[in-house]
Parts: sequence; C-alpha cells; structure tokens
Amino acid sequence: MSNQNQQVVLQLNKINKIFNPNTPLANHVLHDISLQVSRGELVALVGTSGSGKSTLLNVMGLLDVSSSGELYIQDHLTQGLSEQQRTQLRSESIGFVFQFHHLINAFSALENVLMPLMLRYGKPSKEQTEYAKYLLNEVGLSKFIYKPTNKLSGGQQQRVAIARALVSRPALVLADEPTGNLDTQTADEVFNLFERFNIEHQCAIVIVTHDPRLSARCPRTIRLDDGRIVYDGASVDLPTNFQAT
Amino acid sequence: MLFVNRLLNLRSLHNLHSSLWIEWRIALRFLADNPLQTLLISVAISVGAAVIVFITALMLGLQNNMINKTLGTQAHIRIEATQQHNIFSEIAEGRYVWALESPRAQRLQTINNWQQVRDTLDKYPQLNAVSPLISGPAFAQKGTARSSVALVGIDPKRYHGIINLQEYLLEGEFSVTASDVMIGSQLAEDLGLRTGDKLRLDAGDNRQSVMNVAGIFELGVRELDSRYVYTGLKQSQTLLNLPGGVTLIEIKISDVFVADYWARRLQKLTGLYVQSWMDSNAQLLNGLQSQTMTTQIIRVFVAMSVIFGIASVLAVSVVQRTREIGILRAMGSSQQQILRVFLLQGGLLGLAGSLLGVLLGYLMVQGFNSAGQRLFEIVLEPSMLLSAITIATVAGVVAAMVPARRAAKYDPAVAIRYV
Repeated sequence: MSNQNQQVVLQLNKINKIFNPNTPLANHVLHDISLQVSRGELVALVGTSGSGKSTLLNVMGLLDVSSSGELYIQDHLTQGLSEQQRTQLRSESIGFVFQFHHLINAFSALENVLMPLMLRYGKPSKEQTEYAKYLLNEVGLSKFIYKPTNKLSGGQQQRVAIARALVSRPALVLADEPTGNLDTQTADEVFNLFERFNIEHQCAIVIVTHDPRLSARCPRTIRLDDGRIVYDGASVDLPTNFQAT
Repeated sequence: MLFVNRLLNLRSLHNLHSSLWIEWRIALRFLADNPLQTLLISVAISVGAAVIVFITALMLGLQNNMINKTLGTQAHIRIEATQQHNIFSEIAEGRYVWALESPRAQRLQTINNWQQVRDTLDKYPQLNAVSPLISGPAFAQKGTARSSVALVGIDPKRYHGIINLQEYLLEGEFSVTASDVMIGSQLAEDLGLRTGDKLRLDAGDNRQSVMNVAGIFELGVRELDSRYVYTGLKQSQTLLNLPGGVTLIEIKISDVFVADYWARRLQKLTGLYVQSWMDSNAQLLNGLQSQTMTTQIIRVFVAMSVIFGIASVLAVSVVQRTREIGILRAMGSSQQQILRVFLLQGGLLGLAGSLLGVLLGYLMVQGFNSAGQRLFEIVLEPSMLLSAITIATVAGVVAAMVPARRAAKYDPAVAIRYV
C-alpha cells in the first residue's frame, strides 16, 4: 500500500442513490457523488433539507447501499460485500454520532460507550473499560458513568454518544447534525470535543450540520444541493450564497 | 480483495463464539427495561404452563388409577397351551378337497415343559413376576347349595407377584394348601360360608375333595369374587386330573404399556398361545387412548396460545425497540446478533413463565390432593416438570422466531430514524 492510499480514509466514485428504482415512485437522491476524505480531516457537510446529506452519510457509513458507483473505506471496496462483511467493516472503521444521540436507555453511560466493543468482542477487557472511562472523563462525564442514559441531559447524552463513536478508535467518524437539538452554548462545547478528538486521534470526521457558525469552524466544507456536490473546498472560500441553510 | 474477504470471515467466526455474552446482556436488559410487560407475559405463560402440568398430571393420575384398578386383579400377560386344532393330510398337487371341519373341543391341557418355560422367563429382569397356575371348572357345594366355580391352583409365593391376595383379604388368613382354600366374598355369600367352614369341591368324574375355607377375599370384580376358589397347586392338579401340569403361566411386567411387545416376544420364544392385557381389555385401552388424545389436544391448544402470546409480545417489543435495533446495527452488531437477542428474550420468557407455571401447577396438584373426597391421588413426577420447562423454553424460542427475524431484517438506515 502506498503512503498516499493509507492517508485516504474514505473515497467515493460516482455514487448514485435511487430510492424505489424502476417504479413510478423512483427518487434519484444522489447524483454522481465523488469525493475523498483523508486522515485527520474535519469536514462539514452542508445543504438544505432534502438535499441528500443524510442519505449520503448513511451510504458513507455503510448503513445504506448505493445504487451505483464505488465506495472505498480505508482501501476496502465496499460494493459486493455481504451484509455481514459490511457490518464488520462498519464496526471496525466507523463511529457514528446522531442528532438524537441515540443511546440505549436500558444501559448505563459506560455500557453505552462500550457497546461497539462488546458487540464485537463480548465481555469488555479491563483495558477497554479503562479506555471507555477515560473517554467519558475526556468529555467531562466522569461523574455519570454508571447513570442510565435517560437520566442525563441532552448535551450530556450527546457527549456519551461522542465517546461511544471514538471507543473503537475508528478511522472515520460520521456525525449527523450532532448539535441539532442542543442550545448554542452546549453545541459549542460538543463541537469543541469533535475538534479536540480530530486533532488528538487524527480520525477523519464528517459532520452534517445546518449551523453556519459550526461549518465555518471546519477547515473543509462540502455543499450538497439536490443530490449534487456544488461546492467542495476550504470553508473560508465558501460563497456567501451557499452559507445560509 | 480475496484476502480481505477471508480475513472478514475469520473474524466473524470468532465473533459468533465470543459475543453471546453481549446478546444475553442485551436480552436481559431489554426484558428488565420493561418490567410490567415482562411480568404480564410471564404470568400468562405460567398460567398456560400450570394448566398443562395440572391436566397432564391429572390425566396421568386418572389413567394410573384405572390401570391399577383393572390390572391389579389380572395378569399383564397370560401364556396358555397352544389350542388344539385339526390336522389335514397332505393334498396332492392339482387336486382339491372339500372338507367339512368340526373344530376340536378344547379340553384342559397342560403346558408342556412348563418348568423350563418358567425358568427361562425368570431370567428376564423386565418380567416382575412369573406364576404358573392351573385353572379349571368345578362345582362348589355346601349342603344342597351348589355354585359353579373356577378352581385356581397356585404357588402362593409366585402368585403373590400377580395378585397380592393378602391386600384383598376380608376375613380369615391367606393360606392355600392341600386342605385350605380361599374364596371370593360373593361366593361366600351365595353359599353361606364363613372362615373355618367346610366346602366340597367337585371337578367331575367323581374327583371330589372337602376343603377348609381359610380366608375370604374381595377383589372388587363381581365375576372374580363369585367364582374364584384358590387352592394349592397340587390340590387343583389332582382335582382337575392334570397331575404335575399347569394350564396357565401368568406374568406381570414393569411397564404395562409394552405388554403387547412382550406378548409377541414370548410367543416367538415359547411357541405357546400368549395374550396380553391389551388383547383382553380392548375397551379400557381404547378409553385410555381417547383420554390421552383429549389431553394432547388440550395441551397443544394451550401451548399454541402461549406461543402466540410470546410471539405477539415480542412483535410489539420489536416495534418498540426499532430505534435501538438501528443503533445496535450502526454500532456494528450483526443481523445474527439481533436475531439472537430476540430469540433469547423468547426463551427467557418461556423459561421464567414455565418456572412460575410449574410452581403454580404443583400448588394446584397439592390442592387437588388435599381437597377432601377423591378417587385417586395425583403424583407429580420431576421428569414431567422438567419436560414442561424445557418445552416452554423451546416454545419461547420458536415463538420469537418471526419477530426476531423481522428485527434482524430491519434496514439500519431506516430504523435509526424511527422515533
């Protein structure tokens, strides 16, 4: 493997996504999406509602299958993989953070963070538990590690979700409006965490956001309109008419 | 690419082995997370299990009672001498013979080599009792009163295993010798006999003997109580003019329901005429079979309602857990893991419910047994409780199959958006 290939975490070549193909309800959501994300990048994915951001994120996260095109995760071509292999690759390489934090309420904060590891390896080792505690400490929740997650505030829950996304040391973290339902101050705090882990762990992060303040803090912005990439470059150069969402 | 594939497959094999831990954990948490639902369905399952346990035990008790009542006073297998029949001379090929056959009169005849047959049968541990005896018609006479009776000459030690006459004794004592006889209560009444009275037995052709009534028994079967006269083997042999012979070998076996099999086996072994209680009690057998079938039908329907109960609760639970299933899938759980989580929940519900149900069934049986007047006692066998628990647990897993498959097939991208 060349050095350059190792650097590329995510590569999309002419990805198309059509819902309900070959029916009167066919809906072409993504048109020829091609992009690359390298190690340590922090990317904002912006666009109006219905522009296909979430669909694109799901495809990148192997939660959904593209209709055509090629998707590489760390050099692995994902087309043609079985459901099981996709699950495997997902659990090894990708961490998720969702808008509604999506924790499992039946479990404590610590168990939620450990969940990706437990699903893969069974009973967590001491090191894994220590690392999860370390992450919870890093996101400022050391006092709440044994609390059921539905006893935590929205911002706290989202921070648990971030710790969970990082616990398997993924090369890629995908965040779907992680600050969408948080107040400004909490949103800033959560975003600070993303920035920090992006630098500390050198994982690539793609964040879907409607908040121009936050997208401006990402070095790179990709803008999607009607399922097409209309801008992909430095956030500072983003044309003003693309900023408002 | 090939290498990647192989690597992934190896890893997934490893996962299958190591990850059941988390499936247990998630299944238990999901059940504990919704305690009311879990409790309600557990109670529903337990009622079903209790009904199954109770009705099975009840039927078993009833049937055992009927079998004991019926088979208590008769042998399971009877071996008789081969019936006598006419033998035709050989017919040359190509010729036909019209024959008018009059069947042979079956005179009382002894079983040839019965000592050998007895000794051979003694070697089978499954045959609990083997008792050669001689039985034939006679008249009992007291004064001018006469009654036709069946003389039964027995070896008391061996006959004890067939019918324990001691248990049925009304008065007197159990003694059958050359001079002592035991008679049934009805015969005693018919002839006005008491213990210690004399009784004349007449087996025809001037073979007569005056005997002492040592004891009076009551088997509870009118036919037997009015006709049976037990004597010592030798005495009956003399009276019936079959010195040293026996006409019957009666047998009791440990499992009454394989009597047919043993009858066929002994038939082959001895070449004699062998009948099991099943041949001579076709009606009882038929009754038992219909009972068993009825029980079976009730059990199947109760089990079905339990299974559908579990299935419907899990179906609801799967919908309630849609979002969590989506999260788990996004966190890297495989479809098989999700499947197993819900199968486990079904199994756990079945297990918990049936444990409770077995306890309930046990209490019901105790209640039945201690409730005043009853014809028989129900015995609860541990093996039945164990099988009830096993069946309910397996039923839980089976019931969970449809909902679990549905959960596993959820599209994670859709499931995760479900609120």
